[in-house]
Amino acid sequence: MVDEARTATSPEDAGGSPIDALGKRTGMWFFLFTELLFFGGLFLLYSIYRYKFPADFHQAAADENLILGSVNTAILLTSSLAMALAVAALRRGEIRRSVRLQGTTIALGSVFLVIKGIEWGSKIARGIYPNGPTLLSLKNGEIIFFGLYFSMTGLHALHVLVGIAVIAFMIRFTRRGVIGPDRYARLENTGLYWHFVDVVWIYLFPLFYLIT
Amino acid sequence: MPDQPGTRTEPPYWVDRGRRRGLAAWMMSTDHKRIGVMYLAALLSFFSVGVFFGFLMRLNLLSPGALIKAQTYNELFTMHGLIQIFLFIIPGVPVAFGNFFLPILIGAKDMAFPRLNRLSWWLYVAGALIVLLSLVIEGRPPDTGWTFYAPYSIRTPANISLAVFGVFVMGFSSILTGLNFVTTIHRLRAPGMGWFRMPAFCWTLYATGWVQMLATPVLAITLVLIILSRVFGIGFFDPARGGDPILFEHLFWTYSHPAVYIMVLPAMGIISEVVPVFSRKSLYGYVAVAVSALGIASIGYLVWGHHMFTSGMSDTARVVFSFLTFLVAVPSGVKVFNWVATLYKGSVKLDAPLVFALSFIFLFSVGGLTGLIIGSLAPNLHVHGTYFIVAHFHYVMFGGAGFAILTALHYWFPKMFGRMYSERRAKLGWLFLFVGFQFLYFSMFILGYKGMPRRYFDYPPEFRTLNIVSTVGSWILITGLIIIFSNLIRSLRKGPPAPRNPWGGKTLEWRIPSPPAAENFRTAPVITDMPYDDGPA
Amino acid sequence: MDGSGLERRPDETALSPNGTYVAVWAALLVFLGLTIVVARIHVAPFGAAANLLIATVKAALVLVFFMHLRSEGRFLKIMLGVAIGALTFIIMLTFSDVLFRR
Repeated sequence: MVDEARTATSPEDAGGSPIDALGKRTGMWFFLFTELLFFGGLFLLYSIYRYKFPADFHQAAADENLILGSVNTAILLTSSLAMALAVAALRRGEIRRSVRLQGTTIALGSVFLVIKGIEWGSKIARGIYPNGPTLLSLKNGEIIFFGLYFSMTGLHALHVLVGIAVIAFMIRFTRRGVIGPDRYARLENTGLYWHFVDVVWIYLFPLFYLIT
Repeated sequence: MPDQPGTRTEPPYWVDRGRRRGLAAWMMSTDHKRIGVMYLAALLSFFSVGVFFGFLMRLNLLSPGALIKAQTYNELFTMHGLIQIFLFIIPGVPVAFGNFFLPILIGAKDMAFPRLNRLSWWLYVAGALIVLLSLVIEGRPPDTGWTFYAPYSIRTPANISLAVFGVFVMGFSSILTGLNFVTTIHRLRAPGMGWFRMPAFCWTLYATGWVQMLATPVLAITLVLIILSRVFGIGFFDPARGGDPILFEHLFWTYSHPAVYIMVLPAMGIISEVVPVFSRKSLYGYVAVAVSALGIASIGYLVWGHHMFTSGMSDTARVVFSFLTFLVAVPSGVKVFNWVATLYKGSVKLDAPLVFALSFIFLFSVGGLTGLIIGSLAPNLHVHGTYFIVAHFHYVMFGGAGFAILTALHYWFPKMFGRMYSERRAKLGWLFLFVGFQFLYFSMFILGYKGMPRRYFDYPPEFRTLNIVSTVGSWILITGLIIIFSNLIRSLRKGPPAPRNPWGGKTLEWRIPSPPAAENFRTAPVITDMPYDDGPA
Repeated sequence: MDGSGLERRPDETALSPNGTYVAVWAALLVFLGLTIVVARIHVAPFGAAANLLIATVKAALVLVFFMHLRSEGRFLKIMLGVAIGALTFIIMLTFSDVLFRR
């Protein structure tokens, strides 16, 4: 039996009501699951090839700069702190503080990208890049290692860049009151994305920098 | 009863009421019904192109001595596969009928994320155009087969990067659609509609949505790696650089096997809707049918290696994948048994939707049973890469998912377009289609068993007779398709107006006008019963 | 508006005091230091396993506290498990090939 006489009485059964913050957040988590599987394919390749070429990976990883890598990890972890605090500040109505913290997140993310650029630049200058002369002269396992290095850190850096752009939009929304203490879903979701990008790096760091 | 023709109070969903008019009103629409109809038109257009390529392939194979060059034949079967798989059957049931009916079936106004839905549609169109572009622009059309195996896909000068990028964009569309459907089912069911009061079709859309979200990204990264390998020379799959081509196959099939469940699960959901209505009986074992959708999705995620038994995988892997492949037949069998049990002692009305649905059950069973043969290690060594495989997947993909699309079209045509079609013409078209199908594809089982390889542009004279049978079958089949679609297209304008519930269905879409207004329900429905139990018809 | 409050609406996430976030951050940095030390000691193959374990602890901290997983419903936690499980199975099944090649 279907009774059509009753009207919608709550946001949940209004179908598509914009008040559904849980729905939006759930959708964001689902998107992060897809990102997990997206990066996952590369992690799969890494694990297979590391199993096949343990010595070559060990040797190639010596090229990584542990200090720069560690600093970058610390920077990204701190940017996650800034992001978490930014969301909390917005929820408490501390608008200006939230904007400052979002800006801090962007700044830290940008420093991360600059350091990554320096690392890449150093390798490229020495001929270590896909199809580069130095690279092709190395052993097969080393060639694979650097192929994975550029693919995985490159894909990650792309995600950091997108994250920075999105947070820039969030700063604009915060300043204009489009998002606020009672409508913070977008910033929360941005935070989820940013933390996910941080988690990916938490795994990339030991895989590339700590295996010598 | 209100909503007889001529008494509706609101215009159909296709009447423009907002600021925008015409094409802009449609392309910018977030209304799930409009999006569903646009998808349907696009799907069927691309399907026709794919059928045409298939027609050319069969023409070439009519007799020994090829009509076209080997290179051209490679491009034909590649584009045939790419179009039919990525532009037609994978989007398939979910984007056309899922989009149109999911919110209505659960009593919602629209999807959870209507603007994301519109983005999915745009990405689909953009991706499809990019794929088709690779066919026409300078350089060769892709010639690797739709499977893009490395190292050939890395080395061939054809327009691979472009085609692969188009598929990547479409994959993104698919992911977002799945995300939207799963969230919609979680958040927007009407009051009283618990999980086990939801129509079976919705269960299959739910399971499919998870597969879309968790499998498609693996394809996405694989496609990215093809492009990176071609453009930057990253040699993950190049043995000369330490790479392993078998890893490409692993990555590719990790998506492409679950993809066939994206194709067939919603199709099975359609059958679960149609069979009860035309048996005038509740779906037998509704809970089992619902749970089996999740079972197929889960186990189907773990069987991809059965595409790779002859690739050089370890024996351990081959045994494991073969065993898991046998497991996935169990939930599939549950569905088939429950449909048959629903028909048993039902008051069966052999209208066009049921005719197509029964064909699905038969054709999918043939395809599925031959899948067990192929999933066994020893036979697989003999039939891998032969026409046996081609027959198998056409039975499940075309005989299965394709016929399900035809079932859905004939079932929901009155609701979507407010017109009835000619039953006689529908059944005549079905007859040609079904008979042509058997000639076209059953002969391929025999050809494959006798050793004729697939993707070959020519063959030795011993295979001549069966190839003639197959090609003539393709002509009969195409005649059937023409009859079916001209019937439907003609009925869009000239068919008699459809009543609200021509089939006596019990689910929510039959309580709203044919066609629906822009707003699905005047008041949000409240559910108090199982979906197929007695209620006002 | 404390994160452990039961008065929280179901669609709201945990809102921890700032100190909690800072404490988690400090723990993350400690684990970062630990993982570098472990790598330096060269205890292969345990070093690799240990570092992956530490990375997982760090990831869990980010998930639970920064991403507010602790206040999310059971369904979401289960589905996260499913997604991670899917990736795990993919890797395991692929290794069933690579590990046992002749």
